[in-house]
Amino acid sequence: MSRPTDVVSARSRLRPRDTVRVAFSGLRARPLRAVLSALGIAVGIAAMVAVVGISASSREQVNQQLDALGTNLLTVAPSQSFVSEAQLPQESVDMVARLDDVTSVSAVGIVPDAAVYRSDEIDPNQTNAIAVSAARTDLLDTVSATVASGRWLDDVLSAFPVVVLGSETAELLGISRTDGEVQVWLGGEWFTVAGVLDPVPLAPELDTSALIGWPAAESLLGFDGAPTTVYQRVAEGAIDEVRTLLPATVDPAAPEEVAVSRPSDALAAQAATDETLTTLLLALGGVALLVGGIGVANTMVIAVLERRSEVGLRRALGATRAHIRRQFLGESVLLAALGGGGGALLGGAATAAFASSREWPFALPVWVLAGAAGATIVVGALAGAYPAARAARMPPTAALSAV
Amino acid sequence: MRVTTAKPVIRLRDVHRRYPGRPPVRALDGVSLSVAPGELVAIVGPSGSGKSTLLNILGTLDRADAGEVRIDGRDVATLSDKQLSALRAHRIGFVFQQFFLSPGVTALDNVADGLLYTGLSLRERRRRAARTLARVGLADRTHHRPNELSGGQRQRAAVARALVGRPSFLLADEPTGALDSASGAAVLKLLHELHDGGTTVIVITHDHGVAAELPRQVHILDGRIESDETLEPAQGGSYGTGGDAGPEVPPSRRSRPLAEWSEGGDAV
Repeated sequence: MSRPTDVVSARSRLRPRDTVRVAFSGLRARPLRAVLSALGIAVGIAAMVAVVGISASSREQVNQQLDALGTNLLTVAPSQSFVSEAQLPQESVDMVARLDDVTSVSAVGIVPDAAVYRSDEIDPNQTNAIAVSAARTDLLDTVSATVASGRWLDDVLSAFPVVVLGSETAELLGISRTDGEVQVWLGGEWFTVAGVLDPVPLAPELDTSALIGWPAAESLLGFDGAPTTVYQRVAEGAIDEVRTLLPATVDPAAPEEVAVSRPSDALAAQAATDETLTTLLLALGGVALLVGGIGVANTMVIAVLERRSEVGLRRALGATRAHIRRQFLGESVLLAALGGGGGALLGGAATAAFASSREWPFALPVWVLAGAAGATIVVGALAGAYPAARAARMPPTAALSAV
Repeated sequence: MRVTTAKPVIRLRDVHRRYPGRPPVRALDGVSLSVAPGELVAIVGPSGSGKSTLLNILGTLDRADAGEVRIDGRDVATLSDKQLSALRAHRIGFVFQQFFLSPGVTALDNVADGLLYTGLSLRERRRRAARTLARVGLADRTHHRPNELSGGQRQRAAVARALVGRPSFLLADEPTGALDSASGAAVLKLLHELHDGGTTVIVITHDHGVAAELPRQVHILDGRIESDETLEPAQGGSYGTGGDAGPEVPPSRRSRPLAEWSEGGDAV
C-alpha cells in the first residue's frame, strides 16, 4: 500500500480529450433525441447558409456576365425631361468616333410613329409597345449582342425591307422562323424577318425592338436619320473622362439635354438590391437558429434532470463541479455542432441545386461556413450554460439519492 | 507526525448532521468512529437510522454540521470542494446498491471510468482496469456490456471500478441489496478476499445477516452508534483465515469500548 499521502498534490483531473469523450457518450446514449434536437439547429443553419450561398451565386453570375460583356460600354440618349422629339443630332455618331479613347461607336434611331404587326389584319392599336428602330450594321459588336437565329443586317440587307427582331419582340409576335419566308407588317410595308437576337443584357431596350437598316428606314419610312441612342465602347482607363466629354461632343448646342449612362452599373445595382431580401431571409434563418437553440437548451435541461444519478456517480468518482459543468456544456456544444454541420451540408446542397437549376456558377463564401461554425458554438454554449450550471450545483448526495 | 500504518483511515469525532424541517431531522447525533487500515467494517442500521447520512459523510459527499471528520488523515472541514473531489478521485472507492454501470459501455471501460478523474491516459486506465477485472474474477468478461452480465458480475465490475484507483478504502452501500442470495454471497466473498489482501472495506447495510459475516459491526440507530463490536475471526470462519489481515491492525484495537472516542483522546 505505498502511495503518496498528500491529498492536495493529487488533484482531480479530467483530460480535455476525455471531456469530449464523456460529452459524446452522453449524446450517444440517446441518439434519436440528439438527432431531433440537432435538427432544429440544422434548419436554422441550412437556411442561413442557403440564403447567403444563393445570393453569392447570383452575384457571381452577374460578375461573370459583366466580365464577359465588359463594363466599358457607355450609352448616350436624350435626357428624360426632353420628352417630345427626343433625338440627338445626326452627326453625333461621327463626333463621338473622333474622341481618342472611344474604341467603337454605334447607334439606333427610333422611327417615329412606326409600329410592327404580325400581319396587316391586326388592330393598329395593338402595338405591343414594340419600338421600330433603325440600326447601324456595327451595332452588334458594340453592345456585345449575338444572333439567336438567322442573320444580322449587313450593308446590302440594310437597304431592303428586312427586319431583325429583338428576343422579346419575336416572342410577342410569335415568330421563330428566320429563313426569309416570314414577313411582318411594319410601318405600312411588308418586311421580311431575317434574324432574331439573343437577349442583350447591356442594352435591354433592344429586346423589345424591331431593328431595320438605316437606309431602308430613310427610304421606306421617312426616317430623318437622327439617332436616339448612341452606344460607345471606351478604353478602360478613360471611362470617367469620356463620360464628362460626351454630352458636349454629342450635342454641343445643348449638352444639358444629353444623358450618359453606363448599363453595367444598372446590372450591378440590380444585384445589390437583392441584398435587402437576403438580409431579411438571413434574419429569418437567425430566428430558426434561435428556436433550434431553445430546443437544445430544453433537451439539456431534461438530460440533466434525468441523469442526476450519473452526476452523483461522477462526483463520487472524483469529478469536480467544473468537470460536471464542462461535460454538459460540451454535450450541448457538440449537439449544436452536429446540427450546424448537418445544416451547412444541407444549405450547401440547396445552394448547389438552386444554382445548377438556374445555370448559375456555385459560390459559397468561406466566411459563411466559418460563421455557421461560430454561430453553432455560441448557440450551443448559450443553450448549455444554464443546464450545465444546474448540474454542477447539484449536491452529490441529492444526485445519488434521486434513484 | 504519526506513522502511516498507525493512522486511522477514517476518524469521526462527535459528528452531527441535521436536515432542516419541522422538526429538524437529527440524522447524525454525535457519532464517533475510527477505522484503521485493513479493517472490514459493517455499519448496520434500519432505514432512517442515519446510516445513509453516515455513508455520505464518510464518502465526503456531504459535510458535517459539527464535529471532526478526518479521512485519510485530512480534516474534511478544511478542504475545498475541489480538494474533496480529489480525495474521492484518489482515496475513496464507492460501490452502490444499483451498481451505476453505464449501459452501452463494456465492463473494461466501466471499470476504467473509475480512473477517469485522475488524469491518466485512456490506455493506462484500460490497462489497470483489465488487471483489476482479473482480480475480481471477471477476466473473461472484459468486453461484455452490463446487460450481458449477471447481477453478481455487474456488482463485481462495480467493485472493480471502485478498486481500480487503489483507494485507501472501499465504501460499499448495500452492495448485496439488489442481488439474490447466491450472488450476494459471492460479492461478500469478494469483499472478504479484498480484505484479506489488505484493502480497507466499509459496508453499509440494513441486513443483519450480511453484517454478521463481517468481523466488525457498528450498529447505528437514530443517529447514534448503539454498539461497536469486533469479533475475533472464527477458526475456518466464513470470511477466510483472517490471519493475513492482521499485520496493520494492532491486537489491542480488536475490542474497544465506544467511550474511548467520545472523550476525544488523541490516543491513536
